[in-house]
Amino acid sequence: MAQDNQTICQDTPTGSYWSLFSTFFKIGLFTFGGGWAMISIIEREIVDKHHWIERNNFLDLLAIAQSLPGILAVNIATAVGDKIKGGKGSIVAAAGTILPSFLIILLIAIFLTPDMIKNNKIISSIFMGIRPAVVALIIAPVITSAKAANLKWKTVWIPLVVALMISLDMGTVSSPILYIVLGALGGFFLWWFPQRQKLKNNRKH
Amino acid sequence: MSIYWQIIWAYIKIGIFGFGGGYAMLSLVEKSVVGPGWISETMFTDIVAISQMTPGPIGINSATYIGYVAPGSVNPALNGIGWGLLGSCLATLAVVIPSFILVLYSSHFIRRHSESGAIKAIFSGLRPVVVGLIASAAIMLMNAANFNPNGIDWQLWTNIAICAIAFCLVYFPIKLGKKVLKLHPILVIIMAGLAGFLIYGI
Repeated sequence: MAQDNQTICQDTPTGSYWSLFSTFFKIGLFTFGGGWAMISIIEREIVDKHHWIERNNFLDLLAIAQSLPGILAVNIATAVGDKIKGGKGSIVAAAGTILPSFLIILLIAIFLTPDMIKNNKIISSIFMGIRPAVVALIIAPVITSAKAANLKWKTVWIPLVVALMISLDMGTVSSPILYIVLGALGGFFLWWFPQRQKLKNNRKH
Repeated sequence: MSIYWQIIWAYIKIGIFGFGGGYAMLSLVEKSVVGPGWISETMFTDIVAISQMTPGPIGINSATYIGYVAPGSVNPALNGIGWGLLGSCLATLAVVIPSFILVLYSSHFIRRHSESGAIKAIFSGLRPVVVGLIASAAIMLMNAANFNPNGIDWQLWTNIAICAIAFCLVYFPIKLGKKVLKLHPILVIIMAGLAGFLIYGI
């Protein structure tokens, strides 16, 4: 375990646990509309500002977070925290993401009734403005991640087909898991077949 | 006390079987908490509405809220801040821990084999798919609930404008003399909230 920790520290430039926690607390506090909406903020904080992770690696972590069950925002925080500072880092990042919403909901549950929030004209007007902006915050990482994924003419159809099929929302054919499995298998066999061919050729000689 | 075990068990199940996050998870939450009569159907709709008006993932919001009210609604003796607080902590931890362990275990496994050709190949296949997943999330959020909840034309166009301006502010750097500035997404959310208040709130 100690060795494991050492390699992590060598691989990644690390901040303190406190800066990891406060960064994810900030991310949790301003994530409206679920895990996808936090990608923009994570990219800016973790990739651009702190340089804790490269954009390419961040995409890989997103793939892990999305392939597993559970709350996407927490999964992303866990994977990123672990990449930056190992097991303890993942607890710190997940806790930072969860705490703002936990505390706010707790305060509402203790002191307010649902009607006071639901029918509050000021809060609902603020959210009328925030919701379309959140959509913009998800469009931006589509472009930055497409660049980071280094799409070529041979691969650019993949995200297009995936986005189309999922947003058609037609049950099983639109399940994100299906495309994650297909992508993993596709990547694996494109590597494996040439590999096997080489081995065969070597044997012939 | 048994209500607490029931809450823990219900939320562990939600944490394990809740694929797709957010709204895909909601029907599972609804079945698990309205079914046993912990909260009413109206209360559930209220909780969803509150989750949309507070930060954070909807899975956490609902676990915290339902964990707080469920003990008191099942057993009046458990009405009180202490009992409610215990319920919200347990429900929130229960929904998070299964996937936390799964994510941690998988990312450790992948890191241990990160030099293997197979793992590299798998991730090179996954990257274009993830781009598509983010795009699908954006497309699916371009709906009436986000852009035109009241069905009024001028509000639709205003919201499209807010989205377009927010995108430009986040994506394109602004040049101020020698300094190149890209607005922080958090700042853009605050500005959009302020715009919403000024346009729709007054």
